[in-house]
Amino acid sequence: MSIRLVQRDGDPVSLVVTGVRKLDPAAGIDEVGDLVIRDGVIGGDPAGLERIDGSGLVAVPGFVDPHVHFRTPGKEDAEDIASGSRAAAAGGFVTVVAMPNTQPPVDSASVVGALFEQAQTQAAVRVGFFAAITRGQAGETLTEQGELADLGVVGFSDDGVPVANAEVMRRALRYQQVTGLPLVLHEEDADLSADGVMHEGEISTRLGLTGIPGISEAIQVSRDADLAEYEGGRIHVCHVSAEETVDVIRRAKTRGIAITAEVTPHHLVHTDERVLGLDASRHKMNPPLRAERDRASLIAALIDGTIDCVATDHAPHPAHEKERTFEEAPFGVTGLETAFSVCYTHLVKPGTLSLELLVRRMSADAARVVDLPVPTLADGAVADIALIDLDAEQVVGANGFASKSTNSAFLGDTLSGRITMTIAGGQLAWQA
Amino acid sequence: MSPRRSLLSMEDLDRDGIARILRTAGRFTEVMGRSNKKVPTLRGRTVINLFFEASTRTATSFELAAKRLSADVVNIKGSGSSVEKGESLKDTILTLNAYGPDIFVIRHRGVGAGNLASRFTDAAVLNAGDGKHQHPSQALLDLYTIEREVGSIEGLHVAIVGDVLPSRVARSAITGLTTMGARVTLIGPPTLIPWRAESLGVETSTDLRDIHDADVVYVLRMQHERMGAGGYVPSLREYTSRYGVTHARLRPGQRVMHAGPINRGVEISGELADDPATLIERQAANGLVVRMAILYDLLVEPAVASNPSSLEPVVAA
Repeated sequence: MSIRLVQRDGDPVSLVVTGVRKLDPAAGIDEVGDLVIRDGVIGGDPAGLERIDGSGLVAVPGFVDPHVHFRTPGKEDAEDIASGSRAAAAGGFVTVVAMPNTQPPVDSASVVGALFEQAQTQAAVRVGFFAAITRGQAGETLTEQGELADLGVVGFSDDGVPVANAEVMRRALRYQQVTGLPLVLHEEDADLSADGVMHEGEISTRLGLTGIPGISEAIQVSRDADLAEYEGGRIHVCHVSAEETVDVIRRAKTRGIAITAEVTPHHLVHTDERVLGLDASRHKMNPPLRAERDRASLIAALIDGTIDCVATDHAPHPAHEKERTFEEAPFGVTGLETAFSVCYTHLVKPGTLSLELLVRRMSADAARVVDLPVPTLADGAVADIALIDLDAEQVVGANGFASKSTNSAFLGDTLSGRITMTIAGGQLAWQA
Repeated sequence: MSPRRSLLSMEDLDRDGIARILRTAGRFTEVMGRSNKKVPTLRGRTVINLFFEASTRTATSFELAAKRLSADVVNIKGSGSSVEKGESLKDTILTLNAYGPDIFVIRHRGVGAGNLASRFTDAAVLNAGDGKHQHPSQALLDLYTIEREVGSIEGLHVAIVGDVLPSRVARSAITGLTTMGARVTLIGPPTLIPWRAESLGVETSTDLRDIHDADVVYVLRMQHERMGAGGYVPSLREYTSRYGVTHARLRPGQRVMHAGPINRGVEISGELADDPATLIERQAANGLVVRMAILYDLLVEPAVASNPSSLEPVVAA
């Protein structure tokens, strides 16, 4: 069995990007020159190929996102594979993995089969799928993971809800011996989070909104790290948000537990102060935006590798569902189209993070956490490239979104680092 | 046109703003002593009271306040309106906005309902209670009552007792009192005191005996659904025995407040609730003039505000 990634058929790109900075930190490439793509493959003879001016631009290995919501089946008014993968391409992503918390959930071979079929005609970039850990994501009975693995799912996740029952999680870890695939975990203690809608802290106390404490996440990660150690299993922690969780993961890695973790751009650059505006469309998500000390801890963890990669948790919702009071509106913000620009503007430009590290964390490292192919600019590789104008500024949403939804935490913000072209799987997927 | 002003939270008001509204309320109190209680101040203006949640005091006093100011008033309740048919807050506001109101007075169960509504209308928005968040007109009438009946708020010590966690009354009062220079202590079972409440600029205690030092004891309504299994306190019985406010637990001269509705024999004894020495009835009475003052403050141009003629009675034609 092997992972199946699907992209629609298209013509392979043949192109020379002249005088471009080629930056592939994972492969040790950082040089200015012509980037040749012939028949969708990097390198080869540039003679006779179309040439575009790449001076002032940076070409990097395309980004990989192990955590997106494409809402199909069931909520196609929010997103579908066509619009979601177009949003991915617009953000420089070449491979994304969609979460299974759809209606119905992706918990059977028939749903997975239908998704592969749709992706075959709709996906602008490579799309893979997680299947649910438990049937109906109800946290009780394991899905037919052997069969689902044979079909080529990337791994298993009940994202959106935690696996509350420790014994069920333990069985999933044992059954991992059959599939070898990662368990991708949305971590929170259901009782501690209960009806919380934002970070528990001074701002929630001021607003009267019920808080979700950071320890809700940390306690669950701690439990599952211990279970993974006990069963010799492997887990990937979704959207880490709290300082306490970072501490748990750091200790677990020191003990040699097979644990990886991701963090979203919005948790890296925003805090719960934003919630004071009470705009659910922009600032209600789970896990919630937390305090400055949490944010600082996440950045430090991304730099030292405690957190392995950036993932967007792209979570589109129709405007009418988000235009409700803070408690009534659903959790989630979009993220694919702004991920690089947000991190570049708020972390690289001020000198917090190097461009090289950001590219690694969004590409090679994001691929490795769930065993996806690592994009590279090396000769002979399939062209998976994001072409970026680092100095170009844009106002988020000013020209609309490729996504069907507009619930961006960065709507109206001016960001630097514009994706001018995305080549995914050797095909032209996006051109600004 | 000056930009519209809304009152969504007590955090929207600085010390001067609060003092200005309390002064105006004082002038309306004089007007209410006359035989003709109606003034022409808001003649030709439209006030829409939009109450998605049950209310006696607030709904009645806002309606009466608008009428005493000669405004055209429309009262809409959640039940019996299109809200029952599932109309969203956004669509309700957009629809009503078509009639050109000057102000929406909104009571809603959701935190930030006023903030949300203000995105869909150019009319002023007055938050008449949004979930556990804020209830600024309650805080202003509380401040007005304290100032009139007890004296200057600066330096006063107010103990707020009981179910603080879900209380918009407490949240608004804390902001108003601390802005005006009062010392505030929250007293209640630790499970009903918000997390790190000290960050609000208050002291906290879990021992009711700490009300001893307070000039004013503000008793909060205990929300019954918070009892019993999985609740925030072990039982109503234990709550009342430890935190119920009674004559015996007060020091002579301490003034008692309660925003209502009261749970007799729970957070406050029946005898104390009936004692005319408490400020509870004054709070209800002052609600009218303070709400008149808030409508006046939000809707009348500053230039007009300084013109006392607008407070002259309506002369019968």
